[in-house]
Amino acid sequence: MTKYAWRRVPGYVFLSVFALFSIFPLYFMLVSATNSTQDVLASRLTPGGHLFDNMTALMKQQDIGAAMTSSALIAIGTTVLALIVCAVAGYGFEIYHSRGKDIVMAILMLAMMIPFAAIMIPLFRMFAQLGMVNSLFAVIIPAISTPLLILLFRQASRSFPYEIIEAARIDGLKELSIFARIYVPTMKSTFAAAAVITFMTSWNNFLWPRVILLDNAVQTMPMLIANLTAGYVTDYGVLMLAVLLTSLPTILVFLILQRAFAQGITGAIK
Amino acid sequence: MATQAIVTSGGTGRRRRSSPPPDFSPRRGAWLDTARRRNLTGWGFLIPAALLITLLSFVPMIQAFILSLQTGRGSRLNWADPLWMNFERLLHDEIFKLTMFNTVFYLVIQVPIMLILAMVLANLLNDPKLRYKAVWRTMIFLPCAVSLVSYSLVFRTMFATDGLVNDALMGLGLMHDPLNWLGEPWTARFVIVIGLIWRWTGYNMIFFLAALQNVDHSTLEAARIDGAGSFKTFWYVTVPQLRPMIVLTAIMSINGTLQLFDESWSLTKGGPSYNSMSMSHYLYELAFLKNPNVGYGSAISYVILIMVAVLALIQLKVGDKRD
Repeated sequence: MTKYAWRRVPGYVFLSVFALFSIFPLYFMLVSATNSTQDVLASRLTPGGHLFDNMTALMKQQDIGAAMTSSALIAIGTTVLALIVCAVAGYGFEIYHSRGKDIVMAILMLAMMIPFAAIMIPLFRMFAQLGMVNSLFAVIIPAISTPLLILLFRQASRSFPYEIIEAARIDGLKELSIFARIYVPTMKSTFAAAAVITFMTSWNNFLWPRVILLDNAVQTMPMLIANLTAGYVTDYGVLMLAVLLTSLPTILVFLILQRAFAQGITGAIK
Repeated sequence: MATQAIVTSGGTGRRRRSSPPPDFSPRRGAWLDTARRRNLTGWGFLIPAALLITLLSFVPMIQAFILSLQTGRGSRLNWADPLWMNFERLLHDEIFKLTMFNTVFYLVIQVPIMLILAMVLANLLNDPKLRYKAVWRTMIFLPCAVSLVSYSLVFRTMFATDGLVNDALMGLGLMHDPLNWLGEPWTARFVIVIGLIWRWTGYNMIFFLAALQNVDHSTLEAARIDGAGSFKTFWYVTVPQLRPMIVLTAIMSINGTLQLFDESWSLTKGGPSYNSMSMSHYLYELAFLKNPNVGYGSAISYVILIMVAVLALIQLKVGDKRD
């Protein structure tokens, strides 16, 4: 090896150690889901044959199907609505730019500073008054308009060629169809990045669903797994299987969209 | 998140679109109408988002302030006497002080470690000669795809008294007796810090990676030609150029840590006896469990809000300095 190559060794070692640190708890979760509690506590790190036992035990204790459905409805509903509302707003701010809109944007961005804990009590009272406790809509609505996503779309719209819009207008396309038929297909990677962020945040959200969904019939996956540790004895094999099931959808979404995700983030930052 | 990042690069500078749209209408002066109509269309595009944010963030923020001046159990509330009673009570609340200490501790220890790690990792991954780049990146980013509750429970299992970490440490001969990680105040806090680093480093790394795309390559070459080692190049050339991104990731992380809830709830359950509990977790207990006291809870929520705002302002001021 040349002197130059030797200089890289510490970097590679560091990278390997950190990658192992990152992946190990996930590996532990994966193998523990196939092991019995005794195996987990004996620190067995190879796959075992208890996957089906754990599955049966989990289904006996908890209504996995209902929780998966609630989580999926919330995450998909939030993602679709958030993408529409925030993309339209980000596009509006940038393409129809005016001073007044800059001021509105600055005010809306202040909402980014508000910790959720600070508004949780009034939000709960508001939804309770509307009779929306235990309603999935009450979980979705506060999450569909976020300053973060609006910013992402506004910033990404800066690189969108204005000439195309002019050309489309000459061709007689209505403003909304320009957005739907030209902007949306061109900005695929931005939409992918926004979708990954929103889907993950929404699927993994815990505090607000825990506050507003009081009935176990509408609990989400993170709520379900948190409940599994409520008893005195924890069945670790079952718990790790449930954790794995909760994590799979977001991991899959990320793996499928990761290229577009990275592109979308980079494109928006440039 | 993603998007906060973006504020920096764009700046407030204004743009090309201010020129009036060309006139395609046969009528004279009709462009004015078109411009006005388009301006209105633009407002129409903003209205749904602006209304939702106003109704679901700003209005509750004001309501929380009003609530923080009230007292009572359940839904029967009266004005507190004196009005700042809830805030005064906070000053004497030992549990609140403990949860504030815990939260600030997580912030001060975890955020710097995490951001430095993320920067170093991003720098290594940005090396054009690195092989299997996508594999490294995916491995390091994957923890962020896992929910906070999920990873908290995995860490809870690994750090159980009869769990993997104790077995490994005893197997290596580093310990004789198992340690009750989650049962002692400092080890419980330590486990939360490790968990936070595990979950968030890859996330921040992605932002640094994106920012590195904008770092001027010629400056790196120049440093190399001048004989600077990789550490010096990183510290004196790359880091200063990453400053806007450092400020933003710091704000995001500070904001996130001050709102810490899931780890405190699922990993340590706040224990032993409040010693690892976060402020948000305490707020949740006060406002929604046992004997709900929304007025007092709202007072705590305002302390969190003020802490977030003050720290973010300091960060922005510090980060605004230009060389």
